[in-house]
Amino acid sequence: MAELNISERQSGDVTILDMDGKITIGEGSVALRTAIRRLLEEGKKKILLNLARVSYIDSSGIGELVSSYTAINKEGGELKLLNLTQKLQDLLTITKLLTVFDVYESEAEALASFK
Amino acid sequence: MLHPRHPGSVWSSKNSRGLHNHGSWSGLCLLTVTLETTELRFPSRIEAVEEAARAVAEFLSRAGVSEDVAFGIDMAVREAVTNAVLHGNDKDETKFTDLSLKLLPGAFEITVHDQGTGFNSSNIPDPTEADNLLKSSGRGIFFMRNLMDEVEWSMDPEGGTTVRMLKKV
Repeated sequence: MAELNISERQSGDVTILDMDGKITIGEGSVALRTAIRRLLEEGKKKILLNLARVSYIDSSGIGELVSSYTAINKEGGELKLLNLTQKLQDLLTITKLLTVFDVYESEAEALASFK
Repeated sequence: MLHPRHPGSVWSSKNSRGLHNHGSWSGLCLLTVTLETTELRFPSRIEAVEEAARAVAEFLSRAGVSEDVAFGIDMAVREAVTNAVLHGNDKDETKFTDLSLKLLPGAFEITVHDQGTGFNSSNIPDPTEADNLLKSSGRGIFFMRNLMDEVEWSMDPEGGTTVRMLKKV
């Protein structure tokens, strides 16, 4: 089984990536990077990452979230985060990245927030 | 006792109490009681991070630590081993990364040793500063320092760098 499985859904012009597994150095981080690059190449620039089933993330995974955020912003798009686990929320808090990311607990609210 | 539990890895595990002389100063000996020790050596490839994490999980499970404490130690070890493999040993599989896990009275002590040339730990940029917030790397040591109670690096006389981390329980 892959370290990180990513399923794609579409809601209007927003692409939702349901992530299941670990975003860690190596396979998990690469899978996220590949998915984001592909979406940008397809012109999909409004992206919601559903992290409810992300069991673990390390500094490389958090770095990949930051890279995704900057890459999407550079293309004039938006990246938002949905359903952070408590651990991930703690890690984003101590790194002050909660001040950077737009984070939601409700998918409906997250979808409505995209411009 | 050696347990070849993972290909390319060498394990040594002790489950007995031990008294270890950590040297002397002005005639005083510093003795530490070690309740359990696990030692692991592996070639410097990225898969070593998961192997180290599995060893930590087994060690902490035997020790019966809380989920919160286990999370912090697990993450700190992953970051330390990642640094040893990527930066210390530059993914050179002929070089080894050594991991030692010790249960002391009231604390866990973890050391990770690489065969690299070392670095200046006082010269690490703060990833929470505004200029660094959107950088994609540079948070590993920050997590180690935040999740553990003590983190210190030393250059070994025979070469290589050792990071020693302590988590009080």
